[in-house]
Amino acid sequence: MNPGGMLYNILSLGVPFSVALLLASLGEMFNQRAGVFNLGCEGIMCMGAFLAFLPPYFIKTGALAPYGNLIGFAVAIAAGVLLGLLFALVTVTFRADQGIAGIGLQLFGWGLSGTLFRHYVGGVTGVEGLAAWALPGLSRIPFLGGILFNHNPMVYFTFLMVPASWYLLYRTPWGLKVRAVGTAPRAADSMGINVNRVRYQALMLGGAMAGLGGAYLSLCQARMFADDLVAGRGFIAVALVYFGGWSPVGILGGALLFSFAQSLQLAIQVGGIKFPYEFAVMLPYVLVILVLSLARKSRLRGPSQLGIPFNREMRY
Amino acid sequence: MNKFKIAYSGCVILLAALAAAAAGAIVLKAVGASPIATYVTIFTGPTQDLFGLTEILVRAVPLILVALGIAISFRSGIINIGAEGQMLMGILAATATALALPNLAHGLLLPLVLLAGALGGALWAGIAGILKARLGVNEILSTVMLNYIAAQFYTYLLRGPMIDPAELETGSGTPQSMRLPHAAWLGRLIPGTRLHSGLLLALVLAFGVYLLLWRTTWGFRLRAAGAEAKAARYAGISVPRSLVAAMLFSGGFAGLAGAVELTGVHHRAIENISSGYGFTGIVVALFGALHPAGIVPAAVFFGLLLVGADMTQRTAGVPANMILVLQGVIILAIVSAKMYLNNAYAQEKALKWFRRLKAGPSPDPLKPGGRP
Repeated sequence: MNPGGMLYNILSLGVPFSVALLLASLGEMFNQRAGVFNLGCEGIMCMGAFLAFLPPYFIKTGALAPYGNLIGFAVAIAAGVLLGLLFALVTVTFRADQGIAGIGLQLFGWGLSGTLFRHYVGGVTGVEGLAAWALPGLSRIPFLGGILFNHNPMVYFTFLMVPASWYLLYRTPWGLKVRAVGTAPRAADSMGINVNRVRYQALMLGGAMAGLGGAYLSLCQARMFADDLVAGRGFIAVALVYFGGWSPVGILGGALLFSFAQSLQLAIQVGGIKFPYEFAVMLPYVLVILVLSLARKSRLRGPSQLGIPFNREMRY
Repeated sequence: MNKFKIAYSGCVILLAALAAAAAGAIVLKAVGASPIATYVTIFTGPTQDLFGLTEILVRAVPLILVALGIAISFRSGIINIGAEGQMLMGILAATATALALPNLAHGLLLPLVLLAGALGGALWAGIAGILKARLGVNEILSTVMLNYIAAQFYTYLLRGPMIDPAELETGSGTPQSMRLPHAAWLGRLIPGTRLHSGLLLALVLAFGVYLLLWRTTWGFRLRAAGAEAKAARYAGISVPRSLVAAMLFSGGFAGLAGAVELTGVHHRAIENISSGYGFTGIVVALFGALHPAGIVPAAVFFGLLLVGADMTQRTAGVPANMILVLQGVIILAIVSAKMYLNNAYAQEKALKWFRRLKAGPSPDPLKPGGRP
């Protein structure tokens, strides 16, 4: 294969790969900006992926059949909101240790999606998923058109979510509240902001986005569901928030870095350079550790109350 | 007040347990099983015969060891989620040692193999410890990532360099290592069952961890660094060093759990050998209040749960993933209950409420039982 063609393949494959990470990571950014560290992201993605898969799998005929995918996305969002609420109940109301609670939510989501999958579906089955929709005109641009504008609609939606998240976080009153309760909850409280309510809202939004990210995996990327479909992407999404310095643009960069690494590794394998399959699978996880080690300075820009529950009745 | 405190703690724990059981029941209902019948099978099925009883202990052994390690790390302020990967690395190190020295005597080889296992786990955990101490890398994320990496590395070795040559000859290609020499096997405690002497080792080590954490200066330093890092630093304790030490110990216990499972039960490295003990160990440690005296009974309880869950999978067709759901719910319930257990203020509120309930509408605020 000529180098130009290979580059084209890597880039055009990498862009859709980034979507699930990007969605979950943007959602996690809102959680962390509000001061809550949600490691349960992985579990929410598992549930989102599984529940989104069900409607198109079961509704194959009838009036609702054309809307199977749409219902799937809606169900995934709803499940994400519910799990976000559950996590909020545990970490905001009960002020539990967020790291451990996150692992609990991860085990819960992962186990529940696997249990229900084995009972209701059984084996690995594919769904049709979302078809690519080439943007008229734009997709004709040589080289760039195919890389950026020839994907399924979720890809465009997700990339629009980056500026939308930026706007929401930095240009709306709610975004200001989120940032306030993550850095100075006591001050926010004295200004009449209900800290816990804002944290609940942020966790619900984050849950919805993680659920949607999971749905993207089963409906658009893999077009099937399996127990280990999510495979740590929820944790990678959390790591990307650190790497991206808690800003939407940084997170976009991190998600693209990961997805291009993944498509590069695929291209190398297809290109005939042999190395053990297991090492290829390992690559993103090694990359996370490297990235976290390098991102140490960005911690200073992070929300200072990250991981610390707010207790209105406590005086320090 | 004290009687009230005990009743209060009991109520909170009972409520948390009920919440977890109710959530589990809903999921059981969703997969078409009868919740009550399933719970009855889980809790009574394994206790019917000697084999079931010993199986509970067989599961409890790795759980005790893993949970001890996790208790050390949690007490020292570093959250080790990577026991699963550390177990695998311990198993690899132990297998390699046993296969490299097949002619050593039993009394020499077995300790060496167990030590290698502990070392393998400790080194793997040490990566996360050093990253945390030196670069401030979040240890939860790094240990989770190290889990995934270890799992891949493990399958790579079992499918490639470490595969049993017999598997290649017969062409079946099951990814497993050669059988360990007999000199590296742990003895069986009761003939005809799988109960092995690793149980005694686990119990001795549980006592050892108690001594280490609560009866030595060194353990005090670890706990001080975990309880309040800033205060520990002012007292002259090197917090980074204590983090790394805690992580090494924690991983060592997980690696040892792997080596014990290897030499006591399977006698060769196989796929899925850790079977989720790394995660269940976290639940056991939390359930046992991060104290050896609590961990041992908690491990037996979860051993029962694991054996029972296996039985329901066979008899009632409830998928085995169900146990993950239960564990997740139990973790959420425990960490939620903690706020009410350790919080004097919440206790006082409950006490006032209780008094008002008993004595009618006007409680006397000057009565004893106030803020401690």
